[in-house]
Amino acid sequence: MPLDAAGVHARLRDRFGEAIGDLAGTGRDASCSVEPARIAEVCQFLRTEPALRFDCLSNLSGVDYPKRNAIQVVYHLFSYPLRHWIVLKVDATRDDPVVPTVSDVWSAANWQEREVFDLLGVTFTGHPDLRRILMPEDWPGHPLRKDFVEPQEYHGIATSRESLLRT
Amino acid sequence: MSLINTAPEMALTARIDDLLNWTRKSSVWYMMFGLACCAIEMMQTGGPRADLERFGMAPRATPRVSDVIIVSGTLTLKMALRTKVLYDQMPDPKYVVSMGSCANCGGLFQLAYSVCDGVDKVIPVDVYVPGCPPRPEALTEGLVKLQEKIQQEKWLVRRSEPAGVRA
Repeated sequence: MPLDAAGVHARLRDRFGEAIGDLAGTGRDASCSVEPARIAEVCQFLRTEPALRFDCLSNLSGVDYPKRNAIQVVYHLFSYPLRHWIVLKVDATRDDPVVPTVSDVWSAANWQEREVFDLLGVTFTGHPDLRRILMPEDWPGHPLRKDFVEPQEYHGIATSRESLLRT
Repeated sequence: MSLINTAPEMALTARIDDLLNWTRKSSVWYMMFGLACCAIEMMQTGGPRADLERFGMAPRATPRVSDVIIVSGTLTLKMALRTKVLYDQMPDPKYVVSMGSCANCGGLFQLAYSVCDGVDKVIPVDVYVPGCPPRPEALTEGLVKLQEKIQQEKWLVRRSEPAGVRA
């Protein structure tokens, strides 16, 4: 029996209480915030609870919010057997973003967490192999952070090119 | 230059440079270096319609037996370092064809943090083929230009820096 987002949210509230924030948005965009330290636990519950059965992590991404000093990790979840959706959002502090891994809940999270680590610098505690996945190993910084400054050169390769059109 | 002159059938005269260059340009083996969508056009160029084999060009998957490397696609900074390694493995004399806007100057992705703005920042380029992506006809013309360049070389003189022929 599919649940709407409010139904999923109510079950999460029953189980985890104040660790779950209010529901925002509607339909497939309906989301709620989760306390960072409890995200792995919440995800495990969402996956195993017979009435929820979120067996698919559709997407795991990150957003940088410098103004409120937060890096947000976003989890898009879907249940194939029950056909319902929920979006979870976790705010980590920008200076030292640490979020527990969910790669032992959904193995699909493994590479996606590596991507968020690579591009935004979020450390996922308990991740089995937290290395950069897209950028070179020796790349300085995390390029999707708003305050990232592109290096002038990389291993002697200049990263800008003089334009023949602009004078 | 004419290899077969109008002298009696028994005799052929040619300069040694011309003769050697004629043989060299007739068996240019290219290393496939498909990095992005340009690779699709490169495959088409090697296919039956454009048919590079009629110029004696055969695709090779290793730099060690290749004469020319066709850099086709967006070159990231991570790949740029590997491109240099591959180019260094090619035996002299070796040539580079830069195929498409991305390989020429970074193209559409020039301002991206991860993209190398042109393969000529890493290895010397002989022929630039413009286009996004270039049609097989354009790449064929670029390779014919390369053949013309090979034909004009002085075999006993060490190859100088490429001037950059426009296809």
